[in-house]
Amino acid sequence: MTPLRLKEKVIESTFFLSSSLAIFINLAIIAILTFESYGFFHKVSPIDFFTDTQWTPFFYDKHYGILSLFAGTFLTTVIALAVALPVGLISAIYLSEYSHSRFRVSVKPMLEMIAAVPTVVYGYFALLFVTPLLKNIIPGLASFNSLSAGIVMGIMIIPLIASLSEDAIHAVPLMLREGAFALGATRLQVVRRVLLPAAFSGIAASVILGVSRAIGETMIVAIAAGLQPRFTLNPLVPIETVTSYIVQVSQGDAAAGTIEFQTIFVAGASLFVMTFILNTISYGLRKRYMQAYV
Amino acid sequence: MKKSFLKKLSRNEMNDRIFSVVGLLATLLGVGVFLVLLADVAMDGLKRLNWSFLTSFPSRNPFDAGILSAWVGTVWLMAVTGAIAIPLGIMAGIYLEEYGKRNKLAGFIEVNIANLAGIPSIIYGLLGLGLFVRFLDLGRSVLAGGATLALLILPIIILATREALRAVPVSLREASFALGATKWQTLKYQILPAAFPGILTGIILAMSRAIGESAPLIMIGALAYIAFLPQQLSDPFTALPIQIFNWVSRPQHEFAVNAAAGILVLLFITLMMNGLAIWLRYRFEKKVRW
Repeated sequence: MTPLRLKEKVIESTFFLSSSLAIFINLAIIAILTFESYGFFHKVSPIDFFTDTQWTPFFYDKHYGILSLFAGTFLTTVIALAVALPVGLISAIYLSEYSHSRFRVSVKPMLEMIAAVPTVVYGYFALLFVTPLLKNIIPGLASFNSLSAGIVMGIMIIPLIASLSEDAIHAVPLMLREGAFALGATRLQVVRRVLLPAAFSGIAASVILGVSRAIGETMIVAIAAGLQPRFTLNPLVPIETVTSYIVQVSQGDAAAGTIEFQTIFVAGASLFVMTFILNTISYGLRKRYMQAYV
Repeated sequence: MKKSFLKKLSRNEMNDRIFSVVGLLATLLGVGVFLVLLADVAMDGLKRLNWSFLTSFPSRNPFDAGILSAWVGTVWLMAVTGAIAIPLGIMAGIYLEEYGKRNKLAGFIEVNIANLAGIPSIIYGLLGLGLFVRFLDLGRSVLAGGATLALLILPIIILATREALRAVPVSLREASFALGATKWQTLKYQILPAAFPGILTGIILAMSRAIGESAPLIMIGALAYIAFLPQQLSDPFTALPIQIFNWVSRPQHEFAVNAAAGILVLLFITLMMNGLAIWLRYRFEKKVRW
């Protein structure tokens, strides 16, 4: 092998090694979560874990029912989606089909800025602006609640849904639009009857990604939704999500090897499984629409 | 018959016009809330923002407290994160886009990266806690924190690098190969310089993401009360978002004001970086016509 060829080979191998790091990171995550969860399930039966409705690892009477953390995550996610889905999708349609291109070019960077705001800032906003504001309208609202955390989380997710859905709608071939316009359809009719069905898989992918983002969102709920695990769907009271539980415990000092320490990995493992499934579906859907039109 | 058709027609047009207003409002809603957020934070925090706030350590007395150890900690973290994630990310991106295009292993790596890009940041915190803090025994140090954030932004840099490389036309590669250049020579002298602005944009966005992250750092044990500055990689640290989180979590109003002032500094940094990235991309798109 000539020195030049050797150099080429060495460079290629180095590049290959750094890209294969991605596999190792995934493996490391799975290994760590599995290892600590295994220790946890030695002490707590999986049946209690999935059916008990109380989560009290730090009380004298210990219960490990993840359902009450799931309820919190579910509640904030649904509220966030209720905000982000309509607003994001309508913005996407408007930007792709109605707005002047100059408007689009100036709004899109603004949306990027909204998405770039650190989540701890949104947490501040939810706790110290949105909650006091909502208290004027809803007298029974607790100072920590899932409603304002969910709403602010929804605002954070709007850019994600808007921009990915816009890509999907934009990717529908012009031909289909022109065909419908030639039949005398209005823009709204074209959107409803032609573009939304045609872009469905891309829009669904963006929404699922939004759900996954909401499930994994941590700081907003840790700051504004309270830290009280509660098996409820009431948006006005303090709750705790899977993510905010993890934050709460790691702020204290749970020693390695104790069951308190293992609970955060078990919570993390269930979070990982949920987001993994959602991300995989979203990835598959996106691949599908890209094959169809791009 | 004809009349009802015309009625329907005008109703359809009405709906269309209504939607164009609703659409505009929905699009501006996000922007509006963003501006309200900025105004709210500015009103609370601006009065607290002064030189001593930037040069004081945290304190139990809210009026003496500052963000010195927080922003110095953030600078340390970013140095570590960048030193790890930027070279690795660029090299991985080059491999996937230029070398391993049609092989199965590269396809598998790609799926792995797509998965990493979607994992919530708090899981990276658990990874950092298990891998860096405990398994590699780095402790709750700047190095562990920076390495954790590096893993978090690695997928972003890889994806940005690939996108930038993809935008460089094949003809450039072919011309270079035709002149007898090897693959690496082609990359080094032709492709990478052409893709540089795109890669740089991705790096800036990734770093701005890392600056704002708090959850993974809390996981690996960044402390809020640090009355000294890190001197070496093994020292404990705090960071700007951690300090803000700590102040927000306290009930006293004075600490909320401190949080707002800290947020102004953090927002200034992240929004400047994003603005720079957007500007770079805009310039690059405008200037380069292949």
